[in-house]
Amino acid sequence: MTTFFILVAYLALLIGLGLVSNRFFRGTSADFFVVSRSVGPFLLLMSIFGTTMTGFAIVGSTAKSYTSGIGVYGLMASWSGLMHSAVFFAVGIKLWAIGKRHGYVTQCEFFRDRFESPGLGYLLFPILVLLVIPYLLVGVIAAGKFIQPTTAGLFPAAFPMPSLANGDPHPLSGGIPPWLGSGVICLIVLFYVFFGGLRGAVWANTFQTMVFMITGVIAFYMISKSLGGLKAASESVAASDFGSARLSREGMMGKLEFLSYALVPLSVGMFPHLFQHWLTAKSARSFKLTVVAHPVFIMIVWLPCVLIGIWASAYLGPPGEGQSPNSVLGRMVGQLVHSPVLSGLVGAGVLAAIMSSLDSQFMCLGTMFTNDIMVRRFGAKRFTDSQKIWIARGFILGVVGVTYLLSLALMNSAHVFDLGVWCFSGFAGLFPLVVAALYWKRTTAAGAYACVVSTAVVWCLLFYRDIIAPKSAGAASDETLIFGLMPVAIILAVSAASLVSVSLLTKKPADETIRKFFV
Amino acid sequence: MSAKVAIAVFVLLVVLHHDTWNWDNRSLWLGFIPAGLGYHAFYSMVCAGFWALVNRFAWPHRTEAWAEGGEGV
Repeated sequence: MTTFFILVAYLALLIGLGLVSNRFFRGTSADFFVVSRSVGPFLLLMSIFGTTMTGFAIVGSTAKSYTSGIGVYGLMASWSGLMHSAVFFAVGIKLWAIGKRHGYVTQCEFFRDRFESPGLGYLLFPILVLLVIPYLLVGVIAAGKFIQPTTAGLFPAAFPMPSLANGDPHPLSGGIPPWLGSGVICLIVLFYVFFGGLRGAVWANTFQTMVFMITGVIAFYMISKSLGGLKAASESVAASDFGSARLSREGMMGKLEFLSYALVPLSVGMFPHLFQHWLTAKSARSFKLTVVAHPVFIMIVWLPCVLIGIWASAYLGPPGEGQSPNSVLGRMVGQLVHSPVLSGLVGAGVLAAIMSSLDSQFMCLGTMFTNDIMVRRFGAKRFTDSQKIWIARGFILGVVGVTYLLSLALMNSAHVFDLGVWCFSGFAGLFPLVVAALYWKRTTAAGAYACVVSTAVVWCLLFYRDIIAPKSAGAASDETLIFGLMPVAIILAVSAASLVSVSLLTKKPADETIRKFFV
Repeated sequence: MSAKVAIAVFVLLVVLHHDTWNWDNRSLWLGFIPAGLGYHAFYSMVCAGFWALVNRFAWPHRTEAWAEGGEGV
């Protein structure tokens, strides 16, 4: 029960943080949406890092390295260390500058003005929302999937599960079921975003990032100690039939697949929640620490997770009946960290990583709906600052409800890592749009439309083929590859080709617009 | 470091990411870290060093000054 009480105390602490951040709230929509553009280097680093590291990084990376081996680090972590910082430097700082100079709060506002097309905002809004929702699902599903094994055995009367076919008790019996765990997490995040706005999210992200980094290191130490030390843990993998292949990439992934994963982290350039975080920066210099520390922070989080994943392949063996790879981290912590206090702290750390992304995503959706739909449709003078804040809160409430219901439907079918990759692929497909908007003066509105529409069409077709369409018997259950490449490579190529070709065929934008957006 | 040098080093880092020479290497560095994983962990630190140099020598001063001259919120 100690583990459970620590988790409850941690969640209560977040509620307290939401209430405290509300006391600093200045009552204006600028403060609610972009913290009055007052965030310094440390808070910017922690909030951006916390936002990019989600259940995908913690639960998903452990699960994926358990199934696909050490190459997962190269696929996502080391590529992200290079590419994320490149995007922060080349795209983030420029967008911050434009946002500060012209007072933008959302991506749609920027793209509308840059391409002189109000309709582009209305086209982008639903696409961005639909792409954020799978990302939200990653967090919500990961939370529920992690809480259940972490609390397994604590509530045998309330949450019993049928025994396995061989008569053994179900390993998750007595654990808080995913529908309840995910629901509680949604409510906690909703609470501090509701009352604290983006300031609440930034503060909570900073606190939660510290929590999940520290507890991650503690969990790694405890698990390696229980396995007999670092050397013994890794040597057991080398000696394991199921695990040994996971020590290299041979047979686990293709070389073109490994290369084309470079394009997935470009998604951060189009994440609406990161756009909003960039705009909170007090100055361009606030970005310096983020650009440098981000690759190292990624390593601090991912390296232990990947090692735990491959150790699990030897310790747990192949997945048994009713066991999803997503539960690997929870099972390793539950079985190897025998201290209930440490189990509780580690559990709080994992939930911290998940919630530190959910809050920004909820927040950005509310901001976009208020500014890109309501204010745009009815005029800026139609609503007071207070009304704008309540519109945002109402939309956030709706999005949380829809996401929660979707998570219930997908809880037992979605692979957290793959769902995340599809979401990232969609945003990465839109990356040419932001690069062209910032660096290519010749880009036209028609080119921008072509880019957005072609991305949406290709993404939907490939997503349907990979996730929704029934698979033939014997078909590979892992990621869909096209000519050995990740789908993101195809989506991005089509998107960029559409943008360039249509821009060149249509009339260039007005000189006044170019002067407004280019230094 | 000019912007052109920064871009050239960036491209070199992209190439160095594709460590096919570690592809089937199952040996353990320091007795516990698989070679392919150790290489990429080291690569992450090299990236941090690269970005520190970019910040120092290729900082976008013009963009910064342009932003500070605007009205904003």
